[in-house]
Amino acid sequence: MSRIDVNKTYKLFIGGTFPRSESGRVYEIKGANKKFIANPALASRKDLRDAVVAAKSAGSGWANATAFNRGQILYRIAEIMQGRSEQFIDEICLLEGVSNKVAKLQVEEAIDTWVWYSGWCDKLSSVSGSQNQVSGPFYNFTTPEALGVVAVFAESKPSLLGVVRTLAPVIAAGNSAVLIASESYPLPAITLSEVLATSDLPAGVVNVLTGKVSELAPWVGSHMEIDGVDVAGLSKKQEDEIKLVGADNLKRIHRFSTTNHPERILSFMEHKTIWHPIGI
Amino acid sequence: MIIDGSESSLKKFLAELSPVDQVGAEARAVMLATRSIKTTSKAWAIDTAISMVDLTTLEGADSPGKVKALCAKAVRPDPTDLTVPSVGAICVYNDMVKIARSELDAIGGKDIPVAAVATAFPSGRASIAVKKIDTQDALDAGANEIDMVIDRGAFLSGKLGEVFEEIKTIKEICGNKAHLKVILETGELVTYDNVRKASYLAMLAGADFIKTSTGKVAPAATAPVVMVMLEAVRDYFALTGSRIGVKPAGGIRTTKDAIRQLVLVNETAGSEWLKPSLFRIGASALLNDLLMQRMKLRTGHYAGANYVTVD
Repeated sequence: MSRIDVNKTYKLFIGGTFPRSESGRVYEIKGANKKFIANPALASRKDLRDAVVAAKSAGSGWANATAFNRGQILYRIAEIMQGRSEQFIDEICLLEGVSNKVAKLQVEEAIDTWVWYSGWCDKLSSVSGSQNQVSGPFYNFTTPEALGVVAVFAESKPSLLGVVRTLAPVIAAGNSAVLIASESYPLPAITLSEVLATSDLPAGVVNVLTGKVSELAPWVGSHMEIDGVDVAGLSKKQEDEIKLVGADNLKRIHRFSTTNHPERILSFMEHKTIWHPIGI
Repeated sequence: MIIDGSESSLKKFLAELSPVDQVGAEARAVMLATRSIKTTSKAWAIDTAISMVDLTTLEGADSPGKVKALCAKAVRPDPTDLTVPSVGAICVYNDMVKIARSELDAIGGKDIPVAAVATAFPSGRASIAVKKIDTQDALDAGANEIDMVIDRGAFLSGKLGEVFEEIKTIKEICGNKAHLKVILETGELVTYDNVRKASYLAMLAGADFIKTSTGKVAPAATAPVVMVMLEAVRDYFALTGSRIGVKPAGGIRTTKDAIRQLVLVNETAGSEWLKPSLFRIGASALLNDLLMQRMKLRTGHYAGANYVTVD
């Protein structure tokens, strides 16, 4: 007698826990071979709202952690991913229909991306900050600081790398993130959330939603608590719509042409300039 | 008269109160929390809740500046939207009463009462002489409402007459000048039976309001506790014909929490109690969340904490 597969019904990742969608909805995803893979949660706008609340409350703790500590935690994410690379490889093969070898390369590159961005954490203020010359007896410094809550629409393909290279720079900057996984390739984002839950990352710094991107995008755009958006996973039309409603609270809305670049981190940071009288 | 004023008749009356079914009370409170309040009902509930907020600051670090800022917020919670109602009252320590009263009068908040936490708040550990002076001092400074704490130590060790007399004494000082709210500090009363007994004791002694907590002890205003107190005021009304108010305080931070409180009121005491003269919510952070939810209803998109005042 053949064994019946135990197919997973995946959940969301909000505030360090794995809740179902408040709507109770799920949807089916199929692999490259058109066979059923799993039922991820179909997030509603209220799940987005909850994710933003979680991200906001985690924000100050993460932004005020030392840059060195943030770098260590990003590196730890890479370590844990390394240990679970087989699972990532299997999922990529199933979803994208690529060979084991190609999937392995993608996973390795994703892990390396975490390591690369972890190194950036404590170098940002040296690279982008400055000591400014002013006409007066003042020290004048400019330093980059985290923006706040950033929503990330992950790229569909490559399914794992598309998540990591959009998410890593956002949290390296000290922001907290709401990641909206690709609609058709959500598995690597979900498995990544299981990695994040066990890698010392404070609860709420990354929240992962799965579901219909077209349903969530307008709510992301108009949410006054979201300060920045990486629109990598959106169409040009959806991007324009988000820009229209996002103007209300001056959202930083970016689409990057580079892969790994400090520009991706610094675009989600604000520069603060401090004047301090000399001799006091 | 239900009791003749003697301690023995008070004890007899309280002993004969039916006990609270703990499991039943908790289950009913959970069930009532699942009511869904949406659209126009939600808009009404938010405005009603705002008008019931006792905007509170009870910190050692309170300053005249902070109290004045709070007064401005009480009169006009959202400066960008004139349709937002004023809050129910300002709640401060004694020494801030004068500042709050004159500031409110100066900025158009004459109708907003000032509540003072008197009688050695929050512990209540002072002699009755001190408590009397404390209360008189608040009244002289212009307090319209007195939030007194009961002596939980005396209550828990069965000295019910002592607690009763204390409330009665403070009520006499308040006279017609100020409303008396009696804080039971339910977090220290241990059982629902005690909450029911303390509620009746306070009402018999002359309380105009019974209030759950000081906000300094957890748990504070949990749903079952508020429900037990609402049942007490409902039954007391049936018994005597006078309506006593209820004020949950502590731990009510979100609009959802506040709306659940309103559901409890409506389903337990009845819609008669759904007004600021009979129901108040002691809170500070709650008001911002109510304002943000109100913005969401008005504009159609989620609001952010950057668009309400920082307290």
